[in-house]
Amino acid sequence: MAAYLDTLTARFPGAFTTSEFRGDRRVIVAADKAPAVLLGLLRCLKEECGFDFLCDVAGVDYLNYPGAADRYGVVYALTNTTTGGRVFVKAFANDPDPVLPSAVPLWQGADWLEREVYDMYGVRFDGHPDLRRILMPSEFTAYPLRKDYPLRGLGERHNFPTITRAES
Amino acid sequence: MPLEVLPQIDEAGADQEFLYTLNFGPQHPATHTTLRLILTLDGETIVKAVPDIGYLHSGFEKLGEDLDFNQYVTIVDRMNYISPFANEVSWHHAVEKLIGIELTPRCKYLRTILAELARISDHLLCVGAAALDLGALTAFLYAFNEREKVYNIMESAAGQRFHPSFTRVGGLMNDIGGDVVDQIRNFIRTFPKAHADVVRLLNRNRIFVDRTKGIGVLSKADAINTGCSGPVARASGVVRDLRKDEPYLAYPDLQGAFKVVCATGGDCYSRYLVRMEEMIESLNIIKAAVENLPAGPVNVALNDKLTIPDKTATYRSIEGLIQHFELFMWNRQWEPPVEEVYGATETANGELGFYVVSDGHGRAWRARTRPPSFIHFAVFPMLMEGHQISDVPAILGSLNIIAAELDR
Amino acid sequence: MAITGLLPDFLVTKLDYLANLTRKHSLWPMPFATACCGIELMATASSRYDIARFGSEAMRFSPRQCDLMIVAGRVVMKMVPVMQRIWLQMPEPKWCISMGACASSGGVFDAYATVQGIDRFIPVDVYVPGCPPRPEQLIRAVLDIQEKIQRTGTIDAREFAARSSYEGPTSLAREIGPEEAIVAPGDFTTATRLRSLKMTNDPPMTRQ
Ligand code: SF4
Repeated sequence: MAAYLDTLTARFPGAFTTSEFRGDRRVIVAADKAPAVLLGLLRCLKEECGFDFLCDVAGVDYLNYPGAADRYGVVYALTNTTTGGRVFVKAFANDPDPVLPSAVPLWQGADWLEREVYDMYGVRFDGHPDLRRILMPSEFTAYPLRKDYPLRGLGERHNFPTITRAES
Repeated sequence: MPLEVLPQIDEAGADQEFLYTLNFGPQHPATHTTLRLILTLDGETIVKAVPDIGYLHSGFEKLGEDLDFNQYVTIVDRMNYISPFANEVSWHHAVEKLIGIELTPRCKYLRTILAELARISDHLLCVGAAALDLGALTAFLYAFNEREKVYNIMESAAGQRFHPSFTRVGGLMNDIGGDVVDQIRNFIRTFPKAHADVVRLLNRNRIFVDRTKGIGVLSKADAINTGCSGPVARASGVVRDLRKDEPYLAYPDLQGAFKVVCATGGDCYSRYLVRMEEMIESLNIIKAAVENLPAGPVNVALNDKLTIPDKTATYRSIEGLIQHFELFMWNRQWEPPVEEVYGATETANGELGFYVVSDGHGRAWRARTRPPSFIHFAVFPMLMEGHQISDVPAILGSLNIIAAELDR
Repeated sequence: MAITGLLPDFLVTKLDYLANLTRKHSLWPMPFATACCGIELMATASSRYDIARFGSEAMRFSPRQCDLMIVAGRVVMKMVPVMQRIWLQMPEPKWCISMGACASSGGVFDAYATVQGIDRFIPVDVYVPGCPPRPEQLIRAVLDIQEKIQRTGTIDAREFAARSSYEGPTSLAREIGPEEAIVAPGDFTTATRLRSLKMTNDPPMTRQ
């Protein structure tokens, strides 16, 4: 067992579970604990365990996923730039108001990554300095990567006027 | 150049009428593709830059949930479209990690060679276009000439010069012939001269150096804090390269053939130098890999039921036919574990990773990309503050922002 | 002396013919390059293929100086208003080439944000298939435009006035019925408006 897991277990007893697959160690925080512990857990990983590089923030929608208990998962992929080790912190959130604490105070790089998760899944990040849509137009109302949004959209993509040759 | 007066400007103040706003893009030649910047200017000095992106967001990740592991490679190709093969390698690296496939030695070497060629062509375009924006047209023409050679190699190998879509789960679409190896050898022979030409055109070019040195300085701490990777981070002194740190494909065998190129300046000129040197290191890798190219099959064994059989096997043998059908029918296909993995490779722009969530079917439940361009562009406002408008193309060019990878 | 001896003193021709002849050999393209096809457009312009041989090398990035728009790459929701605006800014007479599968039909990107063919929103003269089209194909398209200008062009652009009806795919109205579509607030034509850059922490927008 890695040293950082001992540190985490000592600091946040019972707040998370871990799993491993093909060498990727995951630290999983369930939806009821996530708002309270996530930021502290990330801070502990960054400041005490040396995971100083936020590699990615990925949103996942687990609607009807086999064996899933919560709906939205947000995966923070952390890397230790000194040793090269990786750890994946997976926090969950649920409808109707999916909200997680923002990691921007820890990593500036989380800014746009969290905005993208908000844009695509509607997961809000508390404490984010500038939570706006980033990829879709700001008038867009749906969250396109949710599993209940159809691949081809709902007709928004053709909601524009047409210019004919005679009038241009 | 950072002006000493800048910190005194309180841009939220009410008496700031001398500040004005300039809209840069989304259709502007210096942005190459579709980026938009909203610049707040004091004279010619940029006080604040706010990027607005999404002008090329075309739903790659949603398509990744709809197409199977082999089909999605055509979409992944179009992500970083100036080095498509590197993206394919990255995607199938993640998928093979999920399914648990060990590739054949020949396939590993071929993927390595072609991915390094893609890196060279990516750096060529980046350097050429950055120089073009600063007024040095000749370097661009030289760089494009070399890119055409890489295109030709790709075309001979895969049949498409631009988007080869060459990798498959567990191997490649087909093996390459001796003519492609000859072309690659030829490229190894001729490329150093072209590289030296570009170096002679730019390295001591007064205008180019003046416009890039000291411009857009990214410190090492900032590079780590904002998540930069690849040449951008290495030019700031972050010694991190997945080819060394987490060797994949044939890189474990080729560790002696290359070094990690780093710089400490963190400015546009350092990023340019890192890119130029990386091309030479890539060429060394290709050289070593071509000389040690193993013989043998390019796909994993047929009875593993993982890889598409070639056409002869499909038409001539019952096992091949059955396997072909198994892999193409919606309800059969692969049976990956119900798990999630993160697989990353070092592409020309940095760490390109895929976070693949699987629900046990041949299609990903979620195919998240870690796009280096996206993360590098987030740094852009920070680099921009205090510079002149004319530095925008220099910094943009040195970051090598590819809009399709940025917006996906 | 010799040359004046060879040429006749006067020529009888149509003004239209002369105008077409000059127009077609000095097309100034506006590269509306959004994605991968744009790189192939650059390859067409650079040393090996050299579009200058056909009189169209004067790429201008300002729409007001151009008469041929080459849409190279996919166009997505946020980009449509920009594209229409650039098209409207170009002076008459003007033509449009839709380069690549994406611009012509959406290509492989049949997803929520990509427009399935720019001809739904602006008039297109020549389509170039391919993903991306090879530079030779693009050069062929330029030649086709030249031929079209020679054949149909008029000096006061009468031929454009006749094209007053919609020229895109006919299934547009039937594709999504009103019962399936949501009425999106705003018409999305404001995507380039300068939005307030205030930091907001508004509650998320929810779908009704
Ligand atoms: S047609 Fe192909 S090459 Fe052109 S923009 Fe579309 S995906 Fe890219």
